Amino acid sequence: MQNILSIITFLPLVAAAILALFLRGDDAAAQKNAKWLALIATSVTFVISLFLIAQFDPADTGFQFVEERDWLLGLKYKVGVDGISVLFVMLTTFLMPLTILACWGVTHRVKDYMIAFLALETLMLGVFVALDLVLFYLFFEGGLIPMFLIIGIWGGKERIYAAFKFFLYTFLGSVLMLVAMIAMYVDAGTTDIPSLLNHQFGSETFSLLGIQIIGGLQTLLWIAFFASFAVKMPMWPVHTWLPDAHVQAPTAGSVVLAAILLKMGGYGFLRFSLPMFPVASDIMADFVLWISAIAIVYTSLVALAQEDMKKLIAYSSVAHMGYVTAGIFAANQQGIDGAIFQMLSHGFISGALFLCVGVIYDRMHTRDIDAYGGLVNRMPAYALIFMLFTLANVGLPGTSGFVGEFLTLMGIFQANTWVAVVATSGVILSAAYALWLYRRVVMGDLIKESLKSITDMTRREKAIFAPLVVMTILLGVYPSLVTDVIGPSVEALIADYQTALADSPLATQVASTDP
Amino acid sequence: MTNADLTILMPEIVLAVYAMAALIFAVYTGKDRTAPMLTWGTAAIFALLAVWIGLNGEGANAAFGGMFVDDGFSRFAKIVILISAAAVLVMSESYMAKRNLLRFEYPLLIALAACGMMVMVSAGDLIVLYMGLELQSLSLYVVASLRRDSVKSTEAGLKYFVLGALSSGLLLYGCSLTYGYAGTTMFEGVVAAASGGEISLGLLFGLVFILAGLAFKVSAAPFHMWTPDVYEGSPTPVTAFFATAPKMAAMGLFARVVHDAFGTVTADWGQIVAFLSVASMFLGAVAAIGQRDIKRLMAYSSIAHMGFALMGLAAGTAFGVQAMLVYMAIYVTMNVGTFAFILSMERDGQVVTDICALNLYSRQEPLKALAVLVLMFSLAGVPPLVGFFGKYYVLLAAVQADMAWLAVAGVIASVIGAFYYLRIVYFMYFGEETEALDPGTDPAQWAFLMASAAIMVLGVVNLFGIEGPATAAAAALVQ
Repeated sequence: MQNILSIITFLPLVAAAILALFLRGDDAAAQKNAKWLALIATSVTFVISLFLIAQFDPADTGFQFVEERDWLLGLKYKVGVDGISVLFVMLTTFLMPLTILACWGVTHRVKDYMIAFLALETLMLGVFVALDLVLFYLFFEGGLIPMFLIIGIWGGKERIYAAFKFFLYTFLGSVLMLVAMIAMYVDAGTTDIPSLLNHQFGSETFSLLGIQIIGGLQTLLWIAFFASFAVKMPMWPVHTWLPDAHVQAPTAGSVVLAAILLKMGGYGFLRFSLPMFPVASDIMADFVLWISAIAIVYTSLVALAQEDMKKLIAYSSVAHMGYVTAGIFAANQQGIDGAIFQMLSHGFISGALFLCVGVIYDRMHTRDIDAYGGLVNRMPAYALIFMLFTLANVGLPGTSGFVGEFLTLMGIFQANTWVAVVATSGVILSAAYALWLYRRVVMGDLIKESLKSITDMTRREKAIFAPLVVMTILLGVYPSLVTDVIGPSVEALIADYQTALADSPLATQVASTDP
Repeated sequence: MTNADLTILMPEIVLAVYAMAALIFAVYTGKDRTAPMLTWGTAAIFALLAVWIGLNGEGANAAFGGMFVDDGFSRFAKIVILISAAAVLVMSESYMAKRNLLRFEYPLLIALAACGMMVMVSAGDLIVLYMGLELQSLSLYVVASLRRDSVKSTEAGLKYFVLGALSSGLLLYGCSLTYGYAGTTMFEGVVAAASGGEISLGLLFGLVFILAGLAFKVSAAPFHMWTPDVYEGSPTPVTAFFATAPKMAAMGLFARVVHDAFGTVTADWGQIVAFLSVASMFLGAVAAIGQRDIKRLMAYSSIAHMGFALMGLAAGTAFGVQAMLVYMAIYVTMNVGTFAFILSMERDGQVVTDICALNLYSRQEPLKALAVLVLMFSLAGVPPLVGFFGKYYVLLAAVQADMAWLAVAGVIASVIGAFYYLRIVYFMYFGEETEALDPGTDPAQWAFLMASAAIMVLGVVNLFGIEGPATAAAAALVQ
């Protein structure tokens, strides 16, 4: 299995090509075939990726399963995974079959829908396995095309505005990263990510247009990468595309967006910003920590005021991503472990929450919180599952949400106590908006006439939630499952980061790994 | 004049003799009835010449004491010119026939224009440059007003002629200044006069005027004013032709002049080219936002793309030339596909160019809509499509030449530009149902649309090996 990563990455694309070229017609039979083919392809991808994780050696902090081929213009087709990226690959392959199941009820242009999701899976997996700058960019940007179409074609009423906003916002963020990547290539003479990780980019202060740039080239590159990842993440104040995109996207689109696409920003910080520009990261760390703290509090407050369920969950996603960015730039073992854990757990939880909204949206065709109330009377199973994920979102001990939040807060506390104080208040606020949402939708008496005939979850819907429930609780009670895999790689990352800082005269603070 | 000189010139001679012979033949026999045959014949000649040049050419040969140069660079440009001209002829045949525009002069004028373009990219002397340019321009003025009874078409031809004549005047003035201060019209002599990085004021004036004249021909801002009107007014096949082969020829000529004649004073023209590049990219991106007519939109799009190609040139390095060549080859391929689609747009047999007519086109013709979608994203430069690699090349060239600011300006312009390409996708996929376009397409147009879209997708593997020839071409031009 030398090229297992390529197989995992491109299998969905092959399925998409088969669908596009060989499946004719748009009748019920063709639609069914398209769904089944997509489901089988994504499931097979997941099964193959299980072999990947089985053979993965966490103790080895280098890249594993590396494949290398010549590509055009001196670039390389090079893929591989390390402890940081392997779990994101697993997250993606795990969630995609569930996503396909979640859009089983779609009847509008089913074949195109499946093609878009399969192509999107390839592009997302490519981001996590790419070991060449331009290859990474290719996948990172390419994902915009299917997502643009998913929002635009299958979205809600305001879908066109949302699709354009999503595309142009993220496109503007990433093109600056492209220029930075080219500058890195010119400076280091290679686009190979493992070599770039060992390359020291200049950090001598120079002045540009009369402005003193402290940290020099590193700072400029850091800012360009930050522009891209912060939009993708999204961080306050460039998060405004996310609520629009989430609200208008179809359920499956929201799941993919929240559970996987947002993680690309965090992955980018861990793969590029922190290890490649350590001096600049150190200079900017306080800035990022404070921005994250503001994001956590501000977006939590905004979430409290939402009338639309999807919008509320979208803002809660932004708040949770605030913990991730703060944890990453705290730059210690707990912070980064926690950030990765938080990203994975948020993948399950937010995906599940969007699916919960999807379940009742499919029945009532509205996302207004006011249109619901007392669902527990007719939908007990739904009420139970929704409660579990609401509590996980709040960070109840025993669910994966708690581990992620606790670890990041511990990391942040060591780096900057005041930020940790502000960020912790977000935990309380999240309990407020999440539980309030739950009360308004599920609890109370069932008085609304339209809800009297609502039915509980079907077997297919339960089947979608089952794996998510298992993962959320399993990671909550046995977090070593994740931390054992990421631990050594994160440790190596931090060690390199500290060494680079120690060599630099500019280092303002050297965060200690000991509490 | 020796045999060797003529051998080097053979492709141009063949084309010119063919054009004249075919003209006489058509006049004395069936006139317009021979037009379909001549169209296919001309396209075949183009294709044969392209193959011939591709297989036969080797090394750098100079004819007539260096006035005419046949090297890797000119061969690359000539092949792109000939193939795109052939493609445009083939896909426009049915369109022209349906609208009674298929006159026998049309393919022959295109042949003469192509001959002029081949001379342009091979020029080693200011006079040869001017001759090639005028042969091309005069032929194009006529085809622009091919639809004699249409006010718009004649207006387009007249506008093109007046502004083209002005630009030729500027160019000629620059040439004479250069001759006056360098004492020779040969590029080799001009380079010698400008050696050592120092350039006399008169020569600098000559350079500026020549560049202004050339900027007209590549339709770079601020010399772009003719482009939208001419694109809109001309019959669509002619527009398709304007957007492809002459652009390649003019960029080739541009590269030849700045590197062969002024290669030692890169800094002097680098600023001018960088300015043209930034102005074109932003103007093309911003001005196209308000356009409803797809031909006008493509005109602004071509202005923006010329800005990107000029970015490669502004770098002033061999790699920059290579980037420009790759960019142009990709640009021409995308435009052939896009215009193949525009040619097929009609409703009740009437030509439609309003982009609103594309509303929900993806429902009627899913495959064609998908192909156009690919082309639009490729034109916008979104990876993993080939259009992205063109942009990547020129950006890399700019950053390598310490022009990161130019690269930043370029990517920002490309985001603005992405909006109007996306809007076409928006009409096709998210729009509201309106009166549908006529179903069915001419097979040639269909084939070119699909081939172009397929190239944009499959090219990600290795760009079809275009890199090697482009490197060789750039190395031949920049010593």
